[in-house]
Amino acid sequence: MSEKFQTRASLDEARALWKNAYDNQTRKIIVCGGTGCVAGGSLNIYDTLKKLMEKNGINVTVTLEHEPHGEDEVGLKKSGCHGFCEMGPLVRIEPQGWLYTKVKVDDCKEILEKTVVEGEYIDRLGYSSNGVLYKKQEEIPFYRQQNRVVLEHCGRIDADSIEEYIAIGGYESLEKALFDMKEEEIIEEIKKSILRGRGGGGFPTGKKWEQVRRAKGDQKYVVCNGDEGDPGAFMDRSIMEGDPHRMLEGMIIAGIAVGATEGYIYVRAEYPLAVKRLQKAISEAESVGILGDDILGSGKAFRIHIAKGAGAFVCGEGSALTASIEGKRGFPRVKPPRTTEHGLFDSPTVLNNVETFATVSQIIGKGADWYLSIGTANSPGTKAFALTGNITNTGLIEVPMGTTLRKIIFDIGGGMRGDGEFKAVQIGGPSGACLTKEHLDLPLDFDNLKGIGAMIGSGGLVVMDSHTCMVEVARFFMHFTQNESCGKCVPCREGTKRMLEILERIVAGNGQEGDIELLEELADTISHTALCGLGKSAPNPVVSTIKNFRSEYESHIRDKRCPAGQCQKLKRIYIDPLTCKGCSACSRKCPVNAISGKIKEPFHIDLEKCIRCGSCISTCKFGAVKEA
Amino acid sequence: MPEPFDYSVVDAALEKCGCKQSAIIAILQTIQEHYHYLPQEAFPYLSQKLEMSEARIFSVATFYENFSLEKKGKYVIKFCDGTACHVRGSIPILERVRSELGVTDNKKTTDDQLFTIETVSCLGACGLAPVMTVNDVVHPAMTPDKAMEVIYSLKVKEESK
Repeated sequence: MSEKFQTRASLDEARALWKNAYDNQTRKIIVCGGTGCVAGGSLNIYDTLKKLMEKNGINVTVTLEHEPHGEDEVGLKKSGCHGFCEMGPLVRIEPQGWLYTKVKVDDCKEILEKTVVEGEYIDRLGYSSNGVLYKKQEEIPFYRQQNRVVLEHCGRIDADSIEEYIAIGGYESLEKALFDMKEEEIIEEIKKSILRGRGGGGFPTGKKWEQVRRAKGDQKYVVCNGDEGDPGAFMDRSIMEGDPHRMLEGMIIAGIAVGATEGYIYVRAEYPLAVKRLQKAISEAESVGILGDDILGSGKAFRIHIAKGAGAFVCGEGSALTASIEGKRGFPRVKPPRTTEHGLFDSPTVLNNVETFATVSQIIGKGADWYLSIGTANSPGTKAFALTGNITNTGLIEVPMGTTLRKIIFDIGGGMRGDGEFKAVQIGGPSGACLTKEHLDLPLDFDNLKGIGAMIGSGGLVVMDSHTCMVEVARFFMHFTQNESCGKCVPCREGTKRMLEILERIVAGNGQEGDIELLEELADTISHTALCGLGKSAPNPVVSTIKNFRSEYESHIRDKRCPAGQCQKLKRIYIDPLTCKGCSACSRKCPVNAISGKIKEPFHIDLEKCIRCGSCISTCKFGAVKEA
Repeated sequence: MPEPFDYSVVDAALEKCGCKQSAIIAILQTIQEHYHYLPQEAFPYLSQKLEMSEARIFSVATFYENFSLEKKGKYVIKFCDGTACHVRGSIPILERVRSELGVTDNKKTTDDQLFTIETVSCLGACGLAPVMTVNDVVHPAMTPDKAMEVIYSLKVKEESK
């Protein structure tokens, strides 16, 4: 690690040197080190490449230093999430900009011999779709239609290296905020940019900062909400893992603007890699003097601490989150007073989400006008979405606000996976709603979604096809919220329980006439009377599925039939006696011994015992086990 | 005579996280990292050290999903039942594993103390759905058969010891 920068000039000087060393590395191999690719074995690929290159006498550089390592150097990096998780592990080759997909350890030798030494492209590892081979990452349809602003560094730079972040212009915005701008000017710039909170609510960030700046209190805090609890969302995780310094930079700028000296990052315990990278980033920033008592000799102080969550979804709610950092149960409290006045340790607190802080440094760096040129008038900028479910290209994407669902799902996402037809997309997690075919051309932004009773939420998009039962989806979300209800207020604690019971009996085939109306009545009461946002929005998935797919509810209740064929209790699995060869393979596989019969004669399933796991269906070679 | 409880792990946690009430979650996490659950003996000791009531510490320990007051198996297997994993069929995998190992939602650990089967709401590896983790190592794109294969190979490994 290098020296501690006492002045702005010394940081600029070091940046120039690092930039020179960075630019010298024209040849680079960038291995994705995001959670998805790591699970697919990308760290082994990195190690193997490193060993092979060293063994073969290639001038490989893994860290950035002041001095370049000669003309023939090849940089080997571990980056953050590239986003195209479906095709992982991913390896990017520079300067060509090639993207190798589904790379295995066994491919490393060939990458070294052909690509590194000879500069040749390996067709086999490229990405092809509909018979077209896309060599360059930027040409792949999944990437071509995105606009990466917040995620611009993810997949490009070494996520573990402060040198590299500084080399490409990192912490320049912080310098600007420290030395060229007054505190009020920082807030004015953020206000002018109409940056709205990316955590879901869409509250104007500049306004929030102004409130905290004006609030009375000796100690103020900046808190980053990294408790990304929505199932099906991983944007914040990818930023924390892939570009931790950009987020720290945003937090420090916020601290300067509002006059806070202490910051906390609240991260889910389920994100161990993000915690590790953040810890490293914080300690490196401290050692070079970007965090600490006298930042770059400006006389301003800011420190950042990490608080690890312990598995409570409700802690994504502001007052519950601050209670949790204080070492209490994560109970939300009645508001007002708002977090901006009585937040962490009862002090004025700026609470923003990961993506919001990651956007701040660019607005300060490039100016509010640049930011206003992206997106829509009332929701400028971009939004990162996690695209998952029954879609061809799952992964992390970023598009300008106002992009239509059709473009996201069919152009970027590549359409449906398998033979199903598009049915709905769940947006905003357990607090959100289902959007259907009729919403495909709606430009997505905060206000449009609010208009149809949905919300962007943190940005999870779960795509569902015709094989997905919407009643079951509603039950799934209600089960989640009920499980995560903190139990403080009655409407949420008892109301969601009753709603869950009704949904459970409907999917089990025991629904009664009047159940739909009862659900609607409960939903109305809960959304008006619950204490916090979690409770108030808990009925949303049920309300929106009833609104858009009422007939599915009716089929379950009246005909005891699941139109999508998904509800297990309503499934009838049977063995076709004409096709069955009596081989007994299914009965040996059955975990509950529900299948019996004589060898070479048709077998039979006891539906009383059957748990509808479907293992008999996948076992039978003759297709004799069928569903009705 | 039961062996006396060794408080050095608790002391180390207090040392690492700071001996203050606001650090209680971090302290409990550090203790659990060592034992894989929270031993009962830790509560009165922490209560004395932190000058907060045992009831309050207990209230924190029971509020958060990640804390366990019961001993866990050698292999903790978590099935992700987040939205993405759910729509790609995580439940049939879970049911198959539960029925083969003889565990349920209430009885999470096998009698031989080898496996604990849990569900989590989202591991954030949605691109690889459905996923399960064995002692925090992610296994992507699971099917009931693939999950059982992983579990059987662990069983074989243990039996051959």
